[in-house]
Amino acid sequence: MSGKEYRTITDVKGPLVFLNKTEPVAYGEIVQLRLSDGTMKNGQVLDTSDDQVIVQVFEGTSSVDRQTGVKFLGDVFRLPVSKDLVGRILDGAGRPRDGGPAIVPDEMADIIGAAINPYSRESPESFIQTGISAIDACTSLVRGQKLPIFSAAGLPHNDIALQIARQAKLVGSDDDFVVVFCAMGITAEEYNFFVHDLERTGALENSALFVNLADDPAVERLITPRLALTAAEYLAFEHDYHVLVIYTDMTNYCESLRQIGAAREEVPGRRGYPGYMYTDLAMLYERAGLVKGKKGSITQFPILTMPGDDITHPIPDLSGYITEGQIVISRELHQKGIYPPINVLPSLSRLMNAGIGDGKTREDHKSVSDQLYAAYAQGKELRGLVAIVGEDALNERDLQLLKFADIFENEFLRQSRDEDRSIGEGTLDLAWNLLTNIDTKYLVRLDQKWIDKYHPTEKKE
Amino acid sequence: MSEEKGLIYRISGPVVTAVGITPRMYEVVRVGDEGLMGEVIELHGDQSVIQVYEETSGIKPGEPVVRTGQTLSVQLGPGLLTQIYDGIQRPLEDLEETMGAFITRGVDADGLDLKKKWEFNATASKGDEVNAGHVIGTVQETETIEHRVMVPPGKSGTIKSIKSGKFDVTQTVCTLDDGTEIAMMQEWPVRTPRPFVRKYAPDVPLITGQRILDFLFPLAKGGTAGIPGPFGSGKTVTQQQLAKWSDAQIVVYIGCGERGNEMTEVLTEFPHLIDPHTGKPLMNRTTMIANTSNMPVAAREASVYTGITIAEYFRDMGYDVALMADSTSRWAEAMREISSRLEEMPGEEGYPAYLSSRLAEFYERAGRVQTLAGDDGSVSVIGAVSPPGGDISEPVSQGTLRIVKVFWGLDAGLARQRHFPAINWLSSYSLYPQALDQWYRDNIASDFPEIRTEISALLQVEAELQEIVQLVGSDALPIDQQLTLEVARMIREFFLQQNAFHDVDTYSNLKLQYTMARAILAFQDEAKKAIAGGADLESVVNVQARTDIMRGRFEEGYEDRIEKLVKEMGKQISATMEEN
Ligand SMILES: Nc1ncnc2c1ncn2[C@@H]1O[C@H](COP(=O)(O)OP(=O)(O)O)[C@@H](O)[C@H]1O
Ligand SMILES: [Mg+2]
Repeated sequence: MSGKEYRTITDVKGPLVFLNKTEPVAYGEIVQLRLSDGTMKNGQVLDTSDDQVIVQVFEGTSSVDRQTGVKFLGDVFRLPVSKDLVGRILDGAGRPRDGGPAIVPDEMADIIGAAINPYSRESPESFIQTGISAIDACTSLVRGQKLPIFSAAGLPHNDIALQIARQAKLVGSDDDFVVVFCAMGITAEEYNFFVHDLERTGALENSALFVNLADDPAVERLITPRLALTAAEYLAFEHDYHVLVIYTDMTNYCESLRQIGAAREEVPGRRGYPGYMYTDLAMLYERAGLVKGKKGSITQFPILTMPGDDITHPIPDLSGYITEGQIVISRELHQKGIYPPINVLPSLSRLMNAGIGDGKTREDHKSVSDQLYAAYAQGKELRGLVAIVGEDALNERDLQLLKFADIFENEFLRQSRDEDRSIGEGTLDLAWNLLTNIDTKYLVRLDQKWIDKYHPTEKKE
Repeated sequence: MSEEKGLIYRISGPVVTAVGITPRMYEVVRVGDEGLMGEVIELHGDQSVIQVYEETSGIKPGEPVVRTGQTLSVQLGPGLLTQIYDGIQRPLEDLEETMGAFITRGVDADGLDLKKKWEFNATASKGDEVNAGHVIGTVQETETIEHRVMVPPGKSGTIKSIKSGKFDVTQTVCTLDDGTEIAMMQEWPVRTPRPFVRKYAPDVPLITGQRILDFLFPLAKGGTAGIPGPFGSGKTVTQQQLAKWSDAQIVVYIGCGERGNEMTEVLTEFPHLIDPHTGKPLMNRTTMIANTSNMPVAAREASVYTGITIAEYFRDMGYDVALMADSTSRWAEAMREISSRLEEMPGEEGYPAYLSSRLAEFYERAGRVQTLAGDDGSVSVIGAVSPPGGDISEPVSQGTLRIVKVFWGLDAGLARQRHFPAINWLSSYSLYPQALDQWYRDNIASDFPEIRTEISALLQVEAELQEIVQLVGSDALPIDQQLTLEVARMIREFFLQQNAFHDVDTYSNLKLQYTMARAILAFQDEAKKAIAGGADLESVVNVQARTDIMRGRFEEGYEDRIEKLVKEMGKQISATMEEN
């Protein structure tokens, strides 16, 4: 560690500090600032040259002045990692927040993380049963997937995330998940909700929490998820844990990113967010997966709230381009009183095909799921038509589909917060029962052989 | 001169500024104590601006920068196929060996295995007059692909000696009169198109086995296509389908700034998939470039050039090559990111002003050509585009659509209904049918173009009728129009929809596509007759044979059954007249 302290700050702008006349400073190096009253702040080098160094200050620059001492610590940002992270609560910069002792490191891990070599990845294909029919049937999750929840203010995304965390299991295996929870700018109330639930179910001991709340420094949010993922990688790839990373709220993270971009006077991309936001988000989301020769895995559940419920907003949009699908929460369903209000139509699991079918879930899964989608999509579309022309103008097929849309929402989607449905009897059989409301001749997505085998009234036995 | 050394002056993300060297534009330099690879992208007074292909954190001003005298090049020769490279042609397998599962930095790796011995069969002989591009020998590179060793561009003469036998790629296999030594490997700068004699107008289709593509919006060998679509609409699945089933002899697949798992999927799947044209694993004809979203952006920028140069090289051997780039938007974003670090004047949406010319230059490298050796070779280019919010009025989509001849427009609404491939049949287009029609007449059926026209016309009419249905409901339409809607539904659900994940449905040969289209028209004809004869639409639509035709496409041996089923359908539909 180089010891020299500089007092050569020339400019302060937003969260950035500019200084000159330093010895060579490394790109990405971490920085300590000592204010005149003795307060310490932390930062990181964003730009470095012979003449000038730009530092982003995690805690914000209030009270920084030209007298502030700046020390370069000769290293990049690292998190002390050890197995003892499990069961601990840390703050957004990785310091204990639970009154416990400092983590005795096994290793000091670079938080930026290195990209997994695509050649070294293993394809995720183990089905995770969440017990939620909408997800298990239509957007099946597999171990090692990154599947965000696209939600919006006032919707029960936290309940859903917690229900998944509670119920997630591999069918036919008793491997447990360790939860790494990462809070970015959420309210204390939301945070308490999570912690209480984790406590209530005893999951807290099996969790590592990284917490940056709404009143914590905004710029710090840029490192909090990196800490969480570093911990997750360590637990998964050094200690064989199956890690479920829940991070919320990605929207706050992106706001911090935008703030730095603006302070640097960068040319903004769409709606003021930096042009490199796609790459930046990818550096987080791509830290999910399986690695050849390692037993552990990282499954990610990022939660984001769509500003203005707009799925084309850059935050959900760029996320959707990177993640392996999305679970979309619908205000309309929520207002109808349906929990979980998952709109399966824009929802998607890109890894579903690898994780379902014979030997994994059930042979008819794909067929049933396609049929549910098609029927629900058409039924929903007909609602619009009926509003104009009335039901009289519909033919028999359309009438059945219209009715099915309601049945699907009320009987398939709707379940209680602690209802844990198994994939076979709980979810797929239920789907078959509901599909009896439509004549088989209209069920063109179903393979005949599955009708013969599973259709409650038309099977041939 | 190649050891000229300077110093780092500034580091800002992937962009490093050096002083004290006088490199050429696009020269490769070694940056910092670890010798990271970089490329000069701007000269500015005494400063050279460098994009670095590896992570730069921890690097300091004052560290050395060394010239190499080379421009960014790829190694071309036997050993390219079945490989997976990063954006600057480092084999990912080699990186795994030296670094483990996570990509660190500062490691060089040759694109070709320089030690491996290949069996070289000389096809030219002593005394032969050879020019650049002439094939002098062959190597069986994979089970299915014969690698043709060519005289490198810029070289020619009379062969003084040439010998068959086992050689590694750097050993001399042929010497010319003037002493020029030719090895199996040649190098080529990625940003320069490889030479050829002339371009031909494409007139042979690239057959993909995807019904909506081949039948309605065909691509020609040597043609260009763009696939724009919002996330989750099917860009990657479509690209992978093309990589799997298209009848190109060589496939170059570029994963540019996309997911790691998608590349893993290709890697695990392709060795087990059988090429319908050769009966051998698809991997044999495939080269992959994977510079995923979390890998360095500068190398992402380079990846498309690395890929297209490899494609051109196989074209020069006389092969039909198909190149997929998923996604060109990520490439454009890499340009934008670098450009903004250079503080260049931004154009539309922050993209550099040269965006559209770079796109045009890239697609211009596609084409069907007469090679230097006088053969016929082609590179077809299919680029995925990822417009923000799915809105194609943005610069990358627009820049692409101005150049490409085929537009396969993916539609979020269709994807939402699980209508796959979610290609919008109303907005998509291909400018090739005219040039290809003769081929279809000669090779598939003399009325192929007419059948296509009928099918597209029905879809157009449906779109118009749907507008009315939205206002009054379908029951209010006259019966013949209701029938048209049923026929159109059949086109959509039976013909246009194609499940990429279904073993049988994933690929339809052209003959079968034609037969299926004929079946739909046969249904229309029979139904019209029956209705005129008093049958009711419900019964006509629901005849068992029609359902069998529609469901049957998922079953093995469908091709042999469909004609019979069509006849049966005719009978059953006629019978509905008697019922009434
Ligand atoms: N031809 C197809 N057949 C079946 N499913 C498809 C097809 N095309 C796309 N899909 C479905 O859509 C999902 C998203 O497709 P993908 O190609 O990954 O989208 P994009 O690359 O545009 O984001 C896939 O995971 C798959 O479920
Ligand atoms: Mg994709």
